[in-house]
Amino acid sequence: MPERRLFLERASFRRRRLGDAARVLPVAAALLLLLPVWWLPRAFASAGGVIWIFAFWAVLIVLIWLLHRALIRAEAAIGTADPRADPEADRQGHPGAAARADRRAGARSDPDQDPPDAL
Amino acid sequence: MPFETLVAGCLAYVALMFAVAFWADRAAARGRVRWLDHPLVYTLSLSVYCSAWTFYGAVGYASRSGLEFATIYLGPTIVFAGSWWGLRRLVRVARTHHVTSIADLVSARFGKSNPLAALVTLIGVLAATPYIALQLQSVRLSFEVFATARPEDNGAVGGTALWVAVGLALFTILFGTRNLAADERHHGVVTAIALEAVVKLLAFLALGVFVVWGLADGPADIIARIARAAQDPANAEGWQLRPDRWTALNIVSAAAILTLPRMFQVMVIEAADEDRLRMAGWAFPAYLFAMSLFVLPIAVMGHELMPADANPDLYVLTLPDAAGQDMLALLVFLGGFSAATSMVVVSAIALATMISNHWLTPVWLALRKRPADEETEDLRGLVLNSRRLAILAMVGAGWVYHEASGGSTALAAMGLVAFTGVAQVLPAMIGGLLWRGANRFGAYAGVGSGFLLWLVIVYLPSLGIGSPPPLPEGVDPLAFSIFITLAVNSLAFVTCSIFWFPDPVERLQGLSFVSAVEPPRNSSLARGDDRAEPLLAMARRVWGPDPALLFFRAEAAAQGKSGYLPDLTPRFLTRLERRLAGSIGSATAHAMVERAAGRTSLTVADLMQVADEAQRAKEETQRLENASIELARTARQLREANEKLTALSVQKDAFLDQISHELRTPMTSIRAFSEFLSEPDLTDEERRKFAGIIHEEAGRLTRLLDNLLDISVLESGQAQLSVSASNLHDLIGRALTAASATRPERVFGIDRDPISEHVPVITDADRLLQVLINVIANSRKYCDAERPWLRIRVTRRDGAGTQIDIVDNGSGIDAGQQALIFEKFSRLNDPARAGGAGLGLAICREIMLSLGGEISYLPGQGGAAFRISLPARPPVGRGRVAPPEGQA
Repeated sequence: MPERRLFLERASFRRRRLGDAARVLPVAAALLLLLPVWWLPRAFASAGGVIWIFAFWAVLIVLIWLLHRALIRAEAAIGTADPRADPEADRQGHPGAAARADRRAGARSDPDQDPPDAL
Repeated sequence: MPFETLVAGCLAYVALMFAVAFWADRAAARGRVRWLDHPLVYTLSLSVYCSAWTFYGAVGYASRSGLEFATIYLGPTIVFAGSWWGLRRLVRVARTHHVTSIADLVSARFGKSNPLAALVTLIGVLAATPYIALQLQSVRLSFEVFATARPEDNGAVGGTALWVAVGLALFTILFGTRNLAADERHHGVVTAIALEAVVKLLAFLALGVFVVWGLADGPADIIARIARAAQDPANAEGWQLRPDRWTALNIVSAAAILTLPRMFQVMVIEAADEDRLRMAGWAFPAYLFAMSLFVLPIAVMGHELMPADANPDLYVLTLPDAAGQDMLALLVFLGGFSAATSMVVVSAIALATMISNHWLTPVWLALRKRPADEETEDLRGLVLNSRRLAILAMVGAGWVYHEASGGSTALAAMGLVAFTGVAQVLPAMIGGLLWRGANRFGAYAGVGSGFLLWLVIVYLPSLGIGSPPPLPEGVDPLAFSIFITLAVNSLAFVTCSIFWFPDPVERLQGLSFVSAVEPPRNSSLARGDDRAEPLLAMARRVWGPDPALLFFRAEAAAQGKSGYLPDLTPRFLTRLERRLAGSIGSATAHAMVERAAGRTSLTVADLMQVADEAQRAKEETQRLENASIELARTARQLREANEKLTALSVQKDAFLDQISHELRTPMTSIRAFSEFLSEPDLTDEERRKFAGIIHEEAGRLTRLLDNLLDISVLESGQAQLSVSASNLHDLIGRALTAASATRPERVFGIDRDPISEHVPVITDADRLLQVLINVIANSRKYCDAERPWLRIRVTRRDGAGTQIDIVDNGSGIDAGQQALIFEKFSRLNDPARAGGAGLGLAICREIMLSLGGEISYLPGQGGAAFRISLPARPPVGRGRVAPPEGQA
């Protein structure tokens, strides 16, 4: 039993950190897309700029693919989402958390609903 | 290529599309949606983003402005990089609320406000009309490319746009308005579009491969040519990237992928669940990448090989045509045709839903004002017909616009104009999903101001009405207009949201959207069963009789009722309203349910009640959790008690044997020796000896019975205490002396700490002495060490009494037995060491309890170890009391 718990916690920890990565990725990608053009607009009117942009693009797609694959695996490792692994419950004020607690209590069960994305 | 071949190929392709859509719709109707539901189909349907504007126009754009064309694809790529948390959340929220369009989403979030939805619809319609005209023009132009080779065909081309428009309207009405499904999915259309996406991609890739390896000498040559083109003085101005335009175009294309009505339709409405974004998250950017990889090569080769006056927008067609590649040209033509038609079809469906739900139906309902035949009116037909009308109107408007503008090249700019227009919805949409403080007033101010600015400085000038504002040298008009509209829009949205207090409905919706949870139940309703029937009648008007009855019966069954009329619980009303919203939009559904159910409008007090209910549920959960922990603890205690009882029962059986034996041995001796005494010929000595034995045996019997009596008195709590103060050192000394009578042959080393022993104890000294003697005698009896010794330690704890630890160096007591030694009749299973009846320690425990203290076994002391704890003062009154707190 203790081994299993430890395993679960590791898995959901990893899932959370991958979720963080999924938030950082678009920001990092946007910066990498915009900053070079702000600094060196002239360099992009040449073959070098074209190659840079397309290489960046291809790498970004591969990164998204790898990240999504890792996220799917991490979620599979967790199995059915642990309702306690939902830190948002503590983030909101009184009604938000309460409504979620309501849901957790099983007062309502809608298969469409997952727990909200964890922070 | 003969023009007839082209027309025949085109017609065959159109027939194929109709067949595919028909087949997919039929398969879906039969429930065979497994393949249709594949994430790949979903991903391909997203390619409706690549309209003819990008299929043909990207090459033209690239030959004029170099790398800048890529922004149209890079912005969406960035958005999809964040699809895991961003888009998935959007899809989840939209599906929770059965949203039917982007306008419906914004309206549902901001208090189910229909005017807001109508405003968003207006933006969508204004932006889409020239955009649809652009698609029709691209089809006409692509026909012309082939027709101009043979002047006698020119006449046939004139009506192309009209024929295409008619065909598209027919297709859209046929497959886009089949049902008023609650989830608004159109399998036929989506499957056809996915197929068109494949054709588009294959055509463009085939052309790209032909250009790179057929016309040029492979990638290295192409890169060299791109470098030369970039150096060309003719391109110097246009190919130079401008950071402000680069940024603005990336922002506006990222916004458009979210807010374009057609993108919202395929991305959110047609998605069965958010899971398909797992694949689309990387696959759609890969599609965009593939679509733009060959754009620059085609542009450069077209510039080099085509005459200077050739239209760069049509290089994709003229290049293979000029090279004599007829089949490739036909494939490219079909690809462009696919791009144009899929955009028109999906735009028409999305906008028709918006027009019907937010313009026509509310106006119709408002105009009717409860006519007598309302109960029988078929709302379903009305909504579907208004959708068909709206589709005709949208495609028709596109065609009229195309004819009126004379197919001028000005249309090419309409793509970005449309993007900028629909981007005005973005601040309200993002703010509504992430910020609970966002409210309706802010949304009106933001969307309204952005819309007006866009209208004045972008849209109307692009139609030739008015002129864009004069700007200083060096400020790019496009970047300026994008930045200024979005900045004013966001600022107005945030400012007005801050200074406005939303109404309760809006606050509930805000909570539900931002937290991505189901909307909380609201408790405000009129009671009374008679209201369920009007609701059923209303639902019948929207869904048709059978689905409505089915839904009501299921809801009644869920409440445990039979029949078709469920109680008007908040849960039922909320579910009904959301199902209705899936067909006619949230604002209209809300208004209709309120009218039919006689529901009073929501107040702040109701809101607090919802919060209270949720709070109560939360507390209940907490309480249940605590109770279950308590239960687990009790179960563990019970299990332990049960184990103890089982062991005791075994011991008791053994003890009964033992006690019978113990009682019988003296009795047998007494009987035997009293018989001897009756013999006449006994000497005096013998007689004395036998009488002595009888006396001794009778004494043993008495002691045994005394012990049994003692313990029963102690247990019943009737023991009398005679409390006095005594010195513990003296008591221990006396106990050691008295106990030395037990197995006097053994010599024990005694380890004492006299200084600490000199403490006064207020207790019944005789009873305490009895305990001490018993414990020490036990050690003497059972300690099996070669050189036995006994350690006695006294600790005094301030205000909490005194502890006496008595430890020997024997082998101690097994862990399994430790729980039993204080029980009556318990005796360690070693007959050789059995000296008494197994009552000693049980008596000790009873005595200590009656003294208000405790005796316990200390494990792990290197031998048998007992701790006797005495309270500071004995309990008041007679009998047993609970042991004091904090004892081991």
